[in-house]
Amino acid sequence: MLFESIKMSWSNIINNKLRSFLTMLGIVIGVASIIALVTIVQGATNSISDQVNSLGVNKITINAMGTSLKQGLTQDDIINISEVENISGISPTISGRTGIVFEGKVIENATVQGKNEVYFNTDTSLLKSGRTINILDIESKNQVAVIGSDIVQEFYYGEDPVGKELMINGTTYTVIGTLAGSDGLGIGSNNDTVIIPYTTALRNLGVKNIISLDVYLEDTNLADDTVTNIKGVLNQAFNYKEDAYTIFNMGDMIDTFQSMMSMMSLLLAGIAGISLVVGGIGIMNMMLVSITERTTEIGLRKALGATPNRIQLQFIIESIFLSIIGGFIGLLLGCLIAYVAANLIGIGFSISISIIMLAVGFSAAVGIVFGYMPARKASKLNPIDALRSA
Amino acid sequence: MAEILNMQNICKSYYMNEEEMEILHNVNLTINAGEFISILGPSGSGKSTMMNIIGCLDVPSSGKYLLTGNDINDLDEIDLAKVRNKEIGFVFQSFQLLPRMNALQNVELPLIYSGLSASERQRRAKAILERVGLSDKMRNLPNQLSGGQQQRVAIARALVTEPTILLADEPTGALDQKTGAQVMELFEELNRDGRTIIMITHDRKIALHAKRIINILDGYLTEQEVQLDAI
Repeated sequence: MLFESIKMSWSNIINNKLRSFLTMLGIVIGVASIIALVTIVQGATNSISDQVNSLGVNKITINAMGTSLKQGLTQDDIINISEVENISGISPTISGRTGIVFEGKVIENATVQGKNEVYFNTDTSLLKSGRTINILDIESKNQVAVIGSDIVQEFYYGEDPVGKELMINGTTYTVIGTLAGSDGLGIGSNNDTVIIPYTTALRNLGVKNIISLDVYLEDTNLADDTVTNIKGVLNQAFNYKEDAYTIFNMGDMIDTFQSMMSMMSLLLAGIAGISLVVGGIGIMNMMLVSITERTTEIGLRKALGATPNRIQLQFIIESIFLSIIGGFIGLLLGCLIAYVAANLIGIGFSISISIIMLAVGFSAAVGIVFGYMPARKASKLNPIDALRSA
Repeated sequence: MAEILNMQNICKSYYMNEEEMEILHNVNLTINAGEFISILGPSGSGKSTMMNIIGCLDVPSSGKYLLTGNDINDLDEIDLAKVRNKEIGFVFQSFQLLPRMNALQNVELPLIYSGLSASERQRRAKAILERVGLSDKMRNLPNQLSGGQQQRVAIARALVTEPTILLADEPTGALDQKTGAQVMELFEELNRDGRTIIMITHDRKIALHAKRIINILDGYLTEQEVQLDAI
């Protein structure tokens, strides 16, 4: 019975090709715009998230300006933090600007940073040649330096800088490695940076405490707990003084960003959804016209033994057909638009199954909702009146 | 002969502008299997209403209508549709063929509502189209057929469910005299084969093809004996 109804509905759609197509157009546009907008926003979200992820989501950055009584963190504080669970490594940063000298050549205001081995371990691409600062350098406060590409150009043009010496703030350091040039987003350039062991920096640069600290996590899922525990340590370190420190969790930022973007795609989908409703009204209108046109046919079918349910089913199937075919065309069109747009903007293109299901499901729902009333009207037609109208 | 239709004190009224209009007054009618009956009356006499009630397209306002022993008043819309499908074969004045379907598909249509399989439908529809002499026109669309051929397709459609009653409403009304006569010949043949036929018409000459004529005027039935020599 269902099969026969489907066959009848289908032949009626085929027999009115232009009208069926125009009716579908509303659904096509609605579904296409939902798919395209959501996919583009999703692609943009993914691209930006990937870029942020590449900066490290397993990293918590602590900025401890401290209080007037205690500026920054001491070595002991850092040891206390490192005892918190779920921490794979801590990378303190001591930053200063000072002049550096090599054989009469001077760079004023070079960035000198004190780091440890963890910093280099988290990103092996940092080093271009030579070796990195290791744990021995930290423990024995060796006077060694890894230098940026600008400094290599300036001081050792055409020569291998590894093994050479340079003066920082009046002290002699041995160059042990060079940094790969960076053009990364967000980190900023390290091309004019000299990196030395942070313990050496604490001793030689006249800096007492550590203000900036990167904490690397073992399991990012436990980030919230870890942050809470670190806060406990810091609160003790700064005697529960407010505003003594800030903790910046990269994972949090990505979460915030992603929820913002999904709100936006929901909003866009909602706006596009309006056109689906308009499309649905188009289908209802066409079904009503079609029923008026086919009053005699409906009457005849009833006289030949079609039950009201049969008639209703036939017309509902017809409107579901229209909306699902429209939905399918819209799906293809939407994917095409999203694909072209993604390539033009330069973001990733990936279509999600859930949005396809949503679009097809929604268009079927439109067919049922807006087909119900006309179909019911058809099923209620009195066969006598219907036959007489011929 | 078995009684297939029995009407007792059937009345039918309509409301027009809140005024009750009785179209049929206390109609009593009994029809046996194998009869060929004309219901003859001018327009406005109530013969269309009579046909609607016989054909279960409409239900009487009062009175009892038994069709093959079943009380029609007890039936809901779904059961009425089933009764129409099974017991009644309609033939309309304007044929009422679906224009986008060929002759075979048109004839198959009522069998779809009987729930028969596609192969069984085709087999039956082909057989009945052969019976009405259209075996070479099965794939033709209605507009590729003459009026007489179209009415024969419609008659085939009415017969394909093997109905208890063939109910024809002015079956020759849209045909010229010659093709009309051919259709009446077909009716007589079908009746000779045992088919019960009820024909509604305003045309006395057409009505005379039946063995029994019932006059209807202003909603009252009167029966007249057919003089065989009048045919």
